[in-house]
Order: sequence, then structure tokens, then C-alpha cells
Amino acid sequence: MAGGISYTALESTELSTAEIYGQTLVELGKEHPEIVGLTADLGGSTKIGAFGKVFPDRFFNVGIAEQNMFGIAAGMAKAGLVPFLSTFSVFASLRSADQLHTDICYQNVNAKIIATHSGTSFGQAGSTHHVICDLAVVRSMPNITLICPADGVETAEAVMAAYENPGPYYIRINRGFDRVLYGKDYPREYKFEVGKAIEVNPGTDITVIACGSCVFQAYQAAKFLENADGLKVRVLDMHTIKPIDKEAIIKAVQDTRRIITVEDHNVIGGLGSAVAEVMAEAGKGCAFTRLGIQDEFAPIGLHEDIMSNLGIDCNGIINAVREAMNKDFEEDDNWDDEV
Amino acid sequence: MPLSKTEWLALEKKAHELRNLCLDTTYWAGSGHIGGGMSVMDMMTVLYHKYLNIKVEDPNWEDRDRFILSKGHSGIAFAPVLVDKGFNDPEQLKTFNLSNSKMGIHLDANKVVGVDASTGSLGHGLSIALGTALAARVLGKDYKTYCILGDGECDEGSNWEAAMAIAHYNATNVISFVDRNKCMIDGRTEDVMKLEPFADKWRAFGFIVKEVDGHNISELCDAIDFALNDPEKPVMIIANTVKGEGIDFMADDYHWHYGAIDEAKYNQAKASLEKYYAQRVARAEKEGV
Repeated sequence: MAGGISYTALESTELSTAEIYGQTLVELGKEHPEIVGLTADLGGSTKIGAFGKVFPDRFFNVGIAEQNMFGIAAGMAKAGLVPFLSTFSVFASLRSADQLHTDICYQNVNAKIIATHSGTSFGQAGSTHHVICDLAVVRSMPNITLICPADGVETAEAVMAAYENPGPYYIRINRGFDRVLYGKDYPREYKFEVGKAIEVNPGTDITVIACGSCVFQAYQAAKFLENADGLKVRVLDMHTIKPIDKEAIIKAVQDTRRIITVEDHNVIGGLGSAVAEVMAEAGKGCAFTRLGIQDEFAPIGLHEDIMSNLGIDCNGIINAVREAMNKDFEEDDNWDDEV
Repeated sequence: MPLSKTEWLALEKKAHELRNLCLDTTYWAGSGHIGGGMSVMDMMTVLYHKYLNIKVEDPNWEDRDRFILSKGHSGIAFAPVLVDKGFNDPEQLKTFNLSNSKMGIHLDANKVVGVDASTGSLGHGLSIALGTALAARVLGKDYKTYCILGDGECDEGSNWEAAMAIAHYNATNVISFVDRNKCMIDGRTEDVMKLEPFADKWRAFGFIVKEVDGHNISELCDAIDFALNDPEKPVMIIANTVKGEGIDFMADDYHWHYGAIDEAKYNQAKASLEKYYAQRVARAEKEGV
């Protein structure tokens, strides 16, 4: 269980992930006067408006003008402030991609983008408001750290880490209420560290590597599969997409020889691609499945329905694990013949 | 306080030296954005040698005035200004545009000392300038941020987002310029994408517009003095300039947005700059007080 701000925020009431972000930023703002907040007419939706209510002189709603917001933030950061920017992920990563690339990443300024309504979490809004390629876009920009937290607790941890570590951060969170993974019922000690995957569930038969809201689904699937099939499914919360935890990935390949990635994102360019790159460069063979959006625009609907449709919910993961377990692998430890 | 004749002549001399250094740099590099470099040089000379409160020995001094060259392709002019000021080793100019140089076409703020923002992708600088200006407000500092845009650059919609916001926040600590040389890569601005009525557009967005001869040091100084004297609204100085100003075979020819300089052209350009300087001095002698 996390301590500090995230614990307080989570305990205070039933909060959405974004609300926890807003509260965390308010707490950080009390301690650090150099923090400023910016939004592009989405103060209420992204919950950065909570910061604006407490610190009106340090909050800038620039209207519906994301490009301008990113440029302003770069200038502010260069002058010594620590800007936190919030808008929907689809706009943060695409509408202002040039400013994110050139003003924020190229100049390597200390700006923090907290992008909300990620993946298909704003389901009913349709593909204009789903973001299925931000991990791919942002991951390929040098200097930036890219985090996709599993729930509100982890969001608070990520936001605090973003403040503590200099340089650009892009934190991708969802709209609405994420299922809480790291709450009171979480059976293990929870420790967040940028770039270090969390072993949510131990296992030796197969590894499911997930990020964002898919981590909870993977954990549920692992518990079900243990009871129903007697499978030991390792679940890794790969909250940091960049820099990715290579060590955890390679260890998972060696230990379990079967890997499934799960993300609320196109399978091209996101978590699955990042994991595949690590495995390919390591020269280790294994069964590998990428669950996610299969290079199509997602349907309209409730987030949970879309996740089910895409096969990135608990049932989809269970099916994928069972399929992967049917693939045969050599039992010996000799890797040389497989490279 | 009006510009004295002595100061005017000193600035003319500096502008002349810097135009020459820009030409030299273009020659050393083999080619460059010399047309826009020549049109913007008087503005940069005035800023770097009369107005900017900066410290060469402490380039990151937190209270310094900021300068954002939004038309980042004028790095061929900006680099000579910074080198001449003492921020960077003069030898670096001889590596401009060459492999592994710290100085490329668009100056990198993390590599070239004295550059406040890495620009080059057009339509970014004014937003960054507003950011440094709003930061001054949050931090209780009174430094100013100067920003020079290209006129062709004003086709980019993001400038108008920034303009709207500068007016909204009444950020009079941003002092903006457009280098209105009426040329862009593919042609004249009014042929490629009409900008006029240009001044009216800035006024409609909430600016006080000062239209000046961008090659008249005195007019530039008057406009900046106005902008520094607690104006009611943010000030946009539209500096009417000539692309390639001072070099007879380049002047007002959009083809010289970017061009190559061989020895013959270099010598011709040098001679032209000398003649041009004589005219500039004569004007300062006549009109200065």
C-alpha cells in the first residue's frame, strides 16, 4: 500500500484516477511554489482545475489551443517554473505533437504532461477522442519519460515522481473510475519506481505484461487461471513504457517462455512493440502475443465494453493465456540452439 | 529619450559589422538563409546593443531579458550576433552548418550559448515567449521577453493562438516584432498566402501595432521605447524590411531565402555592403540629433 499523498487521496473518498491526480497536484503545489498548471479548456475534465481553484495565480487556462499551451509551458520551464499540463491524450500527443517534440523534448525542459482520457477510456466519444497511438508517438521522442499508471494510487506515485525527477514526463491516465489495483486488498507490498516493473502476481508458467487499466484485468485473469487451470501466471505492471524495464522482460522470457502483452493502445508502437524490441535484441525465443487494438479504430461504447470487444479485459486475457499455453516449447535450458 | 546621433552611428557601425559577419558565415558555410538574415539584422543589432539586459559572463542569469528568434532559420544572423557579443568562440562560425558543428541552420539552445529557445519549426516562438513572460509574472521578476517572427511564419495558426493569449493575459512584458520582408521560400507573401491587412489583424487580436522601417535604427528604437513605456496593451512592431537588404543582387528577391555564395558573389556582396553602409551613415548624419 502506498503512503503519503496517494494514500490520503485514495482514502478520502471514492475518487477517479484524474481526481486523485488533481489532489496530488494540489498537495505538491502547496509545497512547491514553482509548480504551475496549464490546461486548454479542460480544467474540469482533466481535474487539473482543482489546482487552479487553490492556486489561481499559478493556473493558466489558455482556451482551446493546445499548441500554444505546450509552447507556453516550454517557456515557463525555461524560466524556472515546473509546468504541469493537462488535456486529453489524443490532443496532447497529436494536436501539439510538434510542440511536444521540439519545445519540450528537444529542449529537454522540465515540463510534465498529464494526459487524460487515454486509450479508449472516453469510449462513447468515439475515435476522435480515443488515443490509440500516443505511446508510439511519445515513446519515439528522445528525453521524455513515458508512464502509463495502472490505477489512481499509481497515478499519484507517478505524478510525484514526475515532479521529483527533472526533464519531460508524459503520464497517460484514463477517464473516469479505474478499478483500484493497489488498494487495501492488494496482498503485496507496493513500491513504485520509475523504470521498474512491478510483479503484481508471481508465476512461472507464462507472463502477462500489461500497462494502464489492463493491469487490473491481467491480475484478475491470473487469479482465475490459478483456480481454474492451476496455472501460475506472472503479471508485470509495466507502468513505465520508457525507459522500459528490460531486465524484467528478459527474466520473464527466461523464466516462463511465454509472454503476452496487454494494452489499451494500437499493438503497433506501444507496450507490445517495446517488449518485442527487448526480446528480439536479447535473442531469446518464446511464444509471444500482443493484445490491444489490432490496428483499427475502436468501436464506440462504454470503456469496459470496448475492452471486452478488443479482448483486453479479464476474459480476453484468459483466452489468450490458454491459447499460448498450448504452444510447445523445448524443456531444456540450452538457449544456444534457439538464437 | 531619443536616440542620439552618436549612439545611432555606433549602432549603424555595429549593424554593418554584423551584416558582414553574417555574409562571412554564409560564405564559410557555403550557403545559408542570408536573405532573412539581412532583413532581421538591424532589429537584432538594436536589441543586443541597446536594449537587452543580459550578462555575457552569466548567460543563464535568471533575471536576464529573453530573446526568442521565432524565425529560427535566421540562425545565420543570430549566431554572428552571439559570437560578436562574446557568448561563443568566434571559430565556431567557421563551422556553421558543417558536420558535428554546434551551430546548425537552426540554433540549438542546448548547444549555442546565449540562445533562449531552440526554434526552427515555425509558429512556436511567440508561445514560448509568452511562457517566459508569464513566468516573470509568477516569479515576480521584471525582465522583458523580445520575440521576432517572420512574416511568412504568420501563416501558422499557432501564432494566432499565442497572439490571442498574449492579449488575454495583457502580457505587455512580451515585445513582439515581425520581420515583414514580404518574401517566403516559394514566393512573395501576398502571392503565396495573403497576409494583408496585416497590421489590422494584430490590432484585432488586441495589440498596439507600431509599423516602422525595419532598417531605420531610430524608428526601431522609438517603437521599442514605446513598448517599454508601460503601454496599455501588448505591442507588435511590424518592421517593414527588405529581404537581402544591403546586398544589391539579393535585395527583395525571394529566391535569396536560402542561397549559396561563391567567391565572386562574396566579393560582390562585400562591396555592396560597403556602399550600403555609406548610405546608412549619411542618413544617420542627416537625421540624427
